[in-house]
Amino acid sequence: MQELISTLKQQIVEQLNLKHIKPEEIGDDQPLFVDGLGLDSIDALELIVLLQQKYGIKLANPEEGPKVFHTVRALAEFITANQKK
Amino acid sequence: MTRSSVTSLPTLAASCFIHQGKLVVNGNTVFSSHAPVLDFFTELYTFSGVNYPKFYKMDAQSQLAFLCAEFLLKNNTINGVAPFDWSVVLSCANSSNDTDIKYWENARLAPSPATFVYTLPNVMLGEICIRHGFKGENSCFIFNTFDAAFQVSYVNRLLEKRAKVCVHGWVNFFKEEYAAFLFLTVNIGETEGELHSPELINKIISNYAGID
Repeated sequence: MQELISTLKQQIVEQLNLKHIKPEEIGDDQPLFVDGLGLDSIDALELIVLLQQKYGIKLANPEEGPKVFHTVRALAEFITANQKK
Repeated sequence: MTRSSVTSLPTLAASCFIHQGKLVVNGNTVFSSHAPVLDFFTELYTFSGVNYPKFYKMDAQSQLAFLCAEFLLKNNTINGVAPFDWSVVLSCANSSNDTDIKYWENARLAPSPATFVYTLPNVMLGEICIRHGFKGENSCFIFNTFDAAFQVSYVNRLLEKRAKVCVHGWVNFFKEEYAAFLFLTVNIGETEGELHSPELINKIISNYAGID
């Protein structure tokens, strides 16, 4: 899990062009949106693309988005759960 | 032509050029670099001292427009003008073609929403308006080359009827070739400067060509 979390942080920084942030500066449980990392709605779409591209997972229910993308740990848990299926 | 009295006429208050690795503000070269174009833009961003992480997400054209507006407005002393009285009028030759092509090439593999949002030339106006809180009229015109007569006429009309301040000029980026020059023109009654005319704008552009 921890390795996936580290990989995700690197991918998020790269995919979202967060050049002002180092991957290790993102907390495992830090909220990604609004008051946390400050991501916006376009970033959410990029994260959906990242899920499809890198992990072959489609977010079937958009209402799951806020929960899945809440933190890097939540995203890692979602990937782990859905890749096993 | 210099202002002879305090009247309500559009007056040029400031200018900023970014071209060929140079930043020129009000006729003075304040930064220069031989770095590749995108690195040069990052250097200018650092030089500006601004903390605006969204800069890194912008396409090159919006970065260029953002930077030029940033340095144009950095030391402006205009106070008390409402957001709806600030307007932005830009023109360019290549529209958003640079990003359009990048989006098209990547879309075959995986379309990027973050790239897609920059596939319109007027997005650069939006970036300037968001950054500075402008809410007045804004327009983007496509011309082969900068047309001072058209733009001065349009801006002056705007400043007579619908705005008090206008950020306007030219911002063009295509395949690493770029040029930006922006002007700050005001109609607020007591501003030092020269009357806004096509002759003045063309003279400034022509003088810029000789700046070292």
